[in-house]
Amino acid sequence: MLVLVVDSATPAVTAALAEVSDDAVVVRSQRRAVDARAHGELLAPAVEAVLAEAGARPRDLTAIVAGLGPGPFTGLRVGLVTAASIGQTLDVPTYGVCSLDALGLLDGKVLVATDARRREVYWAVYEDGTRLTEPAVDLPATVAGRAAELGVAVAIGEGAHKYAEVLGVAARDEPLYPPAAALAALAADRVRAKAPGERLTPLYLRRPDAVAQSVRKPVLP
Amino acid sequence: MTEPLVLGIETSCDETGVGVVRGHTLLADALASSVDEHARFGGVVPEVASRAHLEAIVPTMQRALDDAGVTLADIDAIAVTAGPGLAGALLVGVAAAKGYALAAEKPIYGVNHLAAHVAVDTLEHGPLPEPAIALLVSGGHSSLLLVDDLAAGVTPLGATIDDAAGEAFDKVARLLGLPFPGGPPIDRAAREGDGESIVFPRGLTAPKDLARHRFDFSFSGLKTAVARWVEARERAGEPVPVAHVAASFQEAVCDVLTNKAIDACRERGVETLVIGGGVAANSRLRALAEERCAKYGITVRVPRPKLCTDNGAMVAALGSHLVAAGVAPSRLNLPADSAMPLTVVSV
Repeated sequence: MLVLVVDSATPAVTAALAEVSDDAVVVRSQRRAVDARAHGELLAPAVEAVLAEAGARPRDLTAIVAGLGPGPFTGLRVGLVTAASIGQTLDVPTYGVCSLDALGLLDGKVLVATDARRREVYWAVYEDGTRLTEPAVDLPATVAGRAAELGVAVAIGEGAHKYAEVLGVAARDEPLYPPAAALAALAADRVRAKAPGERLTPLYLRRPDAVAQSVRKPVLP
Repeated sequence: MTEPLVLGIETSCDETGVGVVRGHTLLADALASSVDEHARFGGVVPEVASRAHLEAIVPTMQRALDDAGVTLADIDAIAVTAGPGLAGALLVGVAAAKGYALAAEKPIYGVNHLAAHVAVDTLEHGPLPEPAIALLVSGGHSSLLLVDDLAAGVTPLGATIDDAAGEAFDKVARLLGLPFPGGPPIDRAAREGDGESIVFPRGLTAPKDLARHRFDFSFSGLKTAVARWVEARERAGEPVPVAHVAASFQEAVCDVLTNKAIDACRERGVETLVIGGGVAANSRLRALAEERCAKYGITVRVPRPKLCTDNGAMVAALGSHLVAAGVAPSRLNLPADSAMPLTVVSV
């Protein structure tokens, strides 16, 4: 079963085609560009490129897998609306996976941290690939405390590097961004079971910045 | 080719619109609005609008296709507003359009929102005689344009130098305790009032201003003048005659808009004026434009109110015009451009 994988929850824009069989997930083609400001320009051509490279047409797809974030809102929405519109056109199911989960598929206790801007990180802690904490957004100093309590030994992700000193956990070099193979693997059981698709709802974790209107200022002195 | 079947997607502000047209015939115009979510903020909050677009796009698309009785496979091209507008909001529509276009293997056209406001009139009144003068007035824009060739580009003649006309409606409505958005409640309140009861200033109409700003608008001073007038009554403990203030404010806006639009028609020797944008739904603007244009032998074309405000049909209408004119489609890496210039009709 040929599956399109997209993720735009980090500065990396990822598109890939994965073949999901009964006992394996094999990535057949993938494109990744790192540019936090150009998700909207980069993703659709990347999808076209992975299809061309695999010699596939859109109608060959049987499902779409998308990283739900958490991630910076504007870029994140590009991936989700792209996945949703392709799924709707082809009438195939869309499956969402937490983008942090794709970085947490490691042995032992791992802190996954991605850059949330505003001097914060999106994070969660995993043990042997199982998530122990809900995805959250916090200051690195707060995360450092929680990671210490949970006995985390290693950290991963771009945020883990950027704030390595504050977090106080050694950061692994790779991967920096959610790998396509891991995203596909996280949805593989649903793909195999032909599970009903889900509406792709982003993990925003922050409310919109908006202030309810205050009392109007007078114009007369 | 028979008349092109074109789908249009609009997400530049707070309306998620998907329209379907064949040639100049409107087949579907599905709309979802987040306006109620913005009301308590007194204006459109970009992030709130962007979130709403993401939720609304798939169901709105489905509704448009169902209403038109077509599938994406039947469509000849997909048009989408590429700008101008709110960056994050535009991006949802542009990314969606790319997904639809690449999955259905159809060409995509990234188009100018303001040119679409002009093109929508063709759905109601047929092909637009060229050249025409277009007056586009909404919450985000107030512009006068010369439309020589809608497929190739339009020539900006003037624009607001401060607030958009619709923005002035919103601010005056708030001052008068009327709800957001301010256009419809001011229009309603004004029907009970006398538009000549209070003389509010007409921005950029004095001879010294006309020399430099003949076709430009200014509504910031008008808004402040209304605020001063209302506050003076309040401080004196007198009741504020809401209907008279609304009518007089509306008269000042419509007076300037129609006079400058007619001046542009006469200066350029143009016999057709098309009015678009949300403020074109205002009943006084429509009536005054008809009345004044008739005097000068100018034909006014104003689409029905639902087509004046933002919608997907207008984007589809422009897309259909571009396809029929043989304009090349956009590339799949087309950007959303929040400041897209008026001289660019499609990217």
